[in-house]
Amino acid sequence: MQAKKFIPLVAFAVLAGLLFRGLSIDPTDLPAARLGQPFPDFDQPELKSGRQISVSALAERPALVNVWATWCYSCRVEHPYLLALAEQGVPIYGLNYKDEPVKAREWLSQLGDPYQLNVVDVEGSVGLDLGVYGAPETYVLDATGRIAHRHVGVLDEAVFQRDFSRWFPMVAAAVVAADLKGVQ
Amino acid sequence: MSAWVRALVSAAICCQLWLAPIVLAVVETYEFSSPELELRYHQLSQELRCPKCQNQNIADSNAPIARDLRVVLYEQLEQGATDEEILAFMVARYGEFVRYRPGVDRNTLLLWAAPGVLLILGAAGLLSHFRQRRDSTANALTEAEQAEIDRLLREPRA
Repeated sequence: MQAKKFIPLVAFAVLAGLLFRGLSIDPTDLPAARLGQPFPDFDQPELKSGRQISVSALAERPALVNVWATWCYSCRVEHPYLLALAEQGVPIYGLNYKDEPVKAREWLSQLGDPYQLNVVDVEGSVGLDLGVYGAPETYVLDATGRIAHRHVGVLDEAVFQRDFSRWFPMVAAAVVAADLKGVQ
Repeated sequence: MSAWVRALVSAAICCQLWLAPIVLAVVETYEFSSPELELRYHQLSQELRCPKCQNQNIADSNAPIARDLRVVLYEQLEQGATDEEILAFMVARYGEFVRYRPGVDRNTLLLWAAPGVLLILGAAGLLSHFRQRRDSTANALTEAEQAEIDRLLREPRA
């Protein structure tokens, strides 16, 4: 009978615990449905050359595939870091997502071009096949051409060292940090 | 004068109530080849969840990705895809997350089972509560107490 008195207290403690746990869960962190699958095929123009390319153009692996657009403010924030990574020998392919190619070319000539090449995706169809829901997003293409990781949001030093560095051992933490300062 | 104000206020409230469900959905015009397709479009667009603005379905959301998914939905319906094919297409790209009625798997089992489990627990709790109350003799009245109550009830009211 005495134990019954504590039922509300226990229920409250459990609920409070769950809510507290909820505070540190990031709701935008969705599991990528395409993980472990090959990069979806496409037939799109390349940004600078204008030639039609398919998935076989993403030949250097492991590589990053970075989803970006000129309308995306966070892409501007992460751009210097992408330049630093490219400097370190990380192959980066761009997916220019729902953007105007003219503006995108302007952006690259003004801010620098970290990309091996850029897939032009004006309609967002490649993005749709990939499961993209905004920009920036960055994917890891592993040595076999499969999607090994997806990051939503700005890619920076901390995120790279935590989630990306195992595919890219050539990037040394301190070097990238120093390089980033040089770029900025 | 106050009657006028009251009438105006209630008219305004009525208007808002009447408009509320209409303004929720995004206004877009698609030409459907049959009313049956249009019905399925509305059903599916309410069942598919926007990946960007997570607590809205794609029918209500203005996010660019929701607009894209509505276009895909429209095109696939017009091409004769079944509901299952369309949902499979969406799930392949955005995961079970895009469905407001996800399939039963390891991750969603708790979600699906919770209402039933809670109902059973609640019913069991209530049952044991009532059974205890019926069986308990702690609150039963002694003969003297019962006599006192009878006397009080018989007493004419002042």
